[in-house]
Amino acid sequence: MRRLLLRALLPAITPLLLLAVWQVAAVRVDNRIILPPMMDVLHLIIHPTEDLLSMGSLLSNITISLARVMAGYLLAVVLAVTIGITMGYYRPLFRTFSLFFALFRPIPPLAWVPLVLAWFGVASFATLAGLEYGLWYMYLNNLKISMVFIIFIGGFYPVLTSTIQGVQSVRTTLLDSARVLGAGEMAIFTKVLLPAAAPAIVTGMRIGLGVAWMCLVSAEMLPGSLSGIGYLITHAFTVARTDVVIAGMISIGVVGAAIDFIFRFFEERTFSWQRRSR
Amino acid sequence: MAMKNGSILEIAGLTKNYCAENGSIVHALQGIDLDIAANDFVCVVGPSGCGKSTLLRIMAGLDRQTDGVARYLGKPIDRPTPQIGMVFQEYSLLPWRTVIDNVGLGPEFAKVPKRQRLLLATEFLQLVGLERFAHAYPHELSGGMRQRVAIARALANDPDVLLMDEPFGALDAHTRILLQKELLSIWERHRKTIVFVTHSVDEAIFLADRICVMSGTSGRIMEMIDVTMPRPRERSNPFYGQLAERILRMLEGEVVKMGVL
Repeated sequence: MRRLLLRALLPAITPLLLLAVWQVAAVRVDNRIILPPMMDVLHLIIHPTEDLLSMGSLLSNITISLARVMAGYLLAVVLAVTIGITMGYYRPLFRTFSLFFALFRPIPPLAWVPLVLAWFGVASFATLAGLEYGLWYMYLNNLKISMVFIIFIGGFYPVLTSTIQGVQSVRTTLLDSARVLGAGEMAIFTKVLLPAAAPAIVTGMRIGLGVAWMCLVSAEMLPGSLSGIGYLITHAFTVARTDVVIAGMISIGVVGAAIDFIFRFFEERTFSWQRRSR
Repeated sequence: MAMKNGSILEIAGLTKNYCAENGSIVHALQGIDLDIAANDFVCVVGPSGCGKSTLLRIMAGLDRQTDGVARYLGKPIDRPTPQIGMVFQEYSLLPWRTVIDNVGLGPEFAKVPKRQRLLLATEFLQLVGLERFAHAYPHELSGGMRQRVAIARALANDPDVLLMDEPFGALDAHTRILLQKELLSIWERHRKTIVFVTHSVDEAIFLADRICVMSGTSGRIMEMIDVTMPRPRERSNPFYGQLAERILRMLEGEVVKMGVL
């Protein structure tokens, strides 16, 4: 019982310590632009539906951001897993394309911004769909192509790399024994390669979603953006509302950690076979 | 003796060369001729790296030879077929599938309906005495149990020929002897043709109708030996020891030639 309590308490120590230091420091500094009192920020977080800087609430901005990240991320996952499995399995394809992908990988997503702006400007998914008014226009106009592209770039590489690595490290004996048992090429893909590489793919997906989420702020700093948690932070900075900046940062952190936690939970339940079979 | 008309596997002039990392050409197999009759139990022994596994993989249709031909019932083998099963040394079970789903894998590839395939898998699990572990995962089993499952899985496909690549090589001595006996009793009841690769001379003499001794240096067959000792064979039989002595001496010479010692 006591040990259980201790285990629940241990992870809470550092955040509590940080809050205490913050509170003391804020009182000492006594300048809400440099370091606002903890209670101000806490108030914002406890009331996530309150309108901020006439930009909508914390919650609505997070929702918009999540929609953007999901659009870019899902695109990245679909493409990266498909390309990764084929490249991992067919050596010639791997040799043909690995240099190509390696050249683009080190470019930080942020470095794409000028080029992406030149290409897509402020065009949104509403532009793509040919919408100029209405409810769907309102939703889709928030998904700027340039933002989704930046997030896509961020999410793509972790998924691609780990999918290729996952497929390439499938034991040859597994493939050989499936072939000897009469597996066709399709069965090899669906019944051996995909499940064997699944743990690596899902790990890549978790890391990819983390990176995609991190690209959010740079994506939402792009022109044409008038909403989203990243934009809220930059805008709050220009009007010297540091409390909103910090509340926004904390929400980004919390959402990111929550996503990571859900993924890990799913990973551990589904792939326990992998941990226990060396 | 294998008779020409009764042979199920025919290997003629089989040669396999491949390029080593340093660019030199390795002659893994050179002009191998081998006829295997239906229901025969043939063991292939030889020092490590003598090409015995390569030979087996070509018979399974997993590797392609450089020259010569391997035929199953008169037809050249150019791809894996369900009629020729194979058991590997280890790690051949799909770790994310339960034992029963592993055993039913062959029928699943052949699109046998689920109910029927479960019945089939259960039957072959019973054959190796593991029906109690049907819903366990491979990592929950011992090495010997895993190999039993691998054998059951190969048999569930009802192959004519069973190729075995050092299937007991990773097991402890006691389990190994137990599984040898089980394999013989399965072979006697189901009359499969078995080609069994091993580096253990003792194992080969215990199991085989014929032993194919391979050279370590040239990728050739040094000698085919008929084992005429009656079954069940006793390791205390003086013939057992004499035969082991003779084969070991041949292999010893080979190992010295390979420069391993």
